Amino acid sequence: MSRITADEVRELALLARLRLSDDEVARMTGDLGAILEYVDALRALDTSDIEPMTHAVPFDCPARADETAPSLPLDDALANAPRRDGDFFQVPRIVPGPGGGQGGQGGQGGSTGGAEDGS
Amino acid sequence: MTVDARGATAVAIADKVRAGTWLARDVVEHYLERIARLDGALGCYLLVDAEGARRRADAVDAARKAGRDPGALAGVPLGIKDIFCTRGVETTCASAILRGFKPPYESTATARLAAAGGVMLGKLNMDEFAMGSSNENSSVKPVRNPWSTEHVPGGSSGGSAAAVAASLCAGSIGTDTGGSIRQPAALCGVVGVKPTYGLVSRYGVIAFASSLDHPGPFGRTVEDAAALLEAMAGPDPLDATSIPQPVGAYREAARAGRAGATPLAGVRLGVPDEYFQPGMDSEVEAAVRAALDELARAGATLVKVSLPNTKYAIATYYLICTAEASSNLARYDGVKYGHRAAGVSSLEELYTKTRGEGFGREPKRRIMLGAYVLRAGYYEAYYGKALRARRKLADDFSAAFTKCDAIITPTSPVPAFKFGERMGDPLQMYLADVLTVAPNLAGIPAVSQPCGFTKSGLPIGLQTIGPALGEQICFRVASAYEARTDWHTRRPPESNAS
Repeated sequence: MSRITADEVRELALLARLRLSDDEVARMTGDLGAILEYVDALRALDTSDIEPMTHAVPFDCPARADETAPSLPLDDALANAPRRDGDFFQVPRIVPGPGGGQGGQGGQGGSTGGAEDGS
Repeated sequence: MTVDARGATAVAIADKVRAGTWLARDVVEHYLERIARLDGALGCYLLVDAEGARRRADAVDAARKAGRDPGALAGVPLGIKDIFCTRGVETTCASAILRGFKPPYESTATARLAAAGGVMLGKLNMDEFAMGSSNENSSVKPVRNPWSTEHVPGGSSGGSAAAVAASLCAGSIGTDTGGSIRQPAALCGVVGVKPTYGLVSRYGVIAFASSLDHPGPFGRTVEDAAALLEAMAGPDPLDATSIPQPVGAYREAARAGRAGATPLAGVRLGVPDEYFQPGMDSEVEAAVRAALDELARAGATLVKVSLPNTKYAIATYYLICTAEASSNLARYDGVKYGHRAAGVSSLEELYTKTRGEGFGREPKRRIMLGAYVLRAGYYEAYYGKALRARRKLADDFSAAFTKCDAIITPTSPVPAFKFGERMGDPLQMYLADVLTVAPNLAGIPAVSQPCGFTKSGLPIGLQTIGPALGEQICFRVASAYEARTDWHTRRPPESNAS
């Protein structure tokens, strides 16, 4: 009995925002099942009274001084954007609506709305 | 001037460039010529930045001529794993999802190497997002082992190890999350160092599993690796997990290992039975046992130690690293940089299609496994359990280090395997890391160095593990072994690579 089903894999892929083909789902179901079976060996290890160890070196996340310092210039930060509109990263419309200006696109009006072309 | 750079170590190159005997520019031209001639068959480089390398070498030569200190690594030609962000130079982690990405900033490690006079030749191939133990997961091309091109170089820093072995750079850097520096170093017959967690800044290193990612150096000799580590290490305000420790005298420790007939007098070396298990290749075991004898002749006392939870290390490691990876890889969404799927009509579709197209098989597998073990209802049984097991594994080392100063083990239970041999079974591939993952979980330093060859001519690796911030004892032990053997002087056949 596998530890995970194909339906669970599909649901998980949705949560992880990964589009998987049917072949990938089938292969993933087998792979994850085998790996989960292997890691089940950990159940034999007694970890009662053991504190979780999240990091190798204890550190206390020191806060730096709250001073203004130069940051990445806007053009540098946007230089790798696959799609850019002025000072913004461009994404498909988030809020559905008939006309422009309802997508909360920061003043870019309708210019960023609608479906993307297939380029 | 004849530059015999192939025969020279990194520190010898720096000495000659600093003295003005060699020009950094000539050294770089020598290496660029070798890359052009030999790398087609090996696939170490994803990108060769010849113009940038010439410019950097000229700057080193100009600094020396002007009477300025050109740096401890003056003119040393370096290869950089393609996981380190290099400003304006494409950085992809060997993934299609980052194709075309030109970082707007420089990683601290590469900035420090450059400040020390090191000359970056280009970006080195790797398993996609540092996930793999054979380099077969590169989305671009496989790296071939210079000792036998039918065999893998190990991974994930396979390009970094193979490039040093084939003298396509004088030193290189990589990252080690579960063995990704040490295992390829072992399979390619070079020295690889995973330092203490936080000793080398992770700023500008593309994240795989943040609590386990350790940047570190590769060299042909222990002193070369020590020299690179000295240049890279040290506190960095840009990395909150960087530790506030001054940089140690690593080169001096390496030199101490070569001094006198018994440089290891008074040093206790632990040998854990759990690292010599059935299934280990008999030639690997014989070479490591012989190395232990050699270390004893160098003055060390060998003591039995026990690391009783070793059998849980792989399961613990894969639960933690996949959980962290699934979070870290959430940032690749087609919006800010890299690949973006075409023809989508919603943001949701942009995410799922971009990620489905952009990630290869292994990152997908790890994202999915990580998402599974972090799910509500499973979190405590898997991820929570693994965090507790991690402490037990770290405690094993703490207990062992009350009885010894360093621990000696094989680096990999097997020499390099053939292409395709393990690709069909991800679990078999994960088990390649069985002797290297525990020091990552504990955050302690470990060095791999060559300690022999199989009858068929494949390198074998010896691992020296130290306590936290025990880099110096590791370098001293490794250097003592190196001084008494000649494995590190052997070079792969070039006919194989042309």
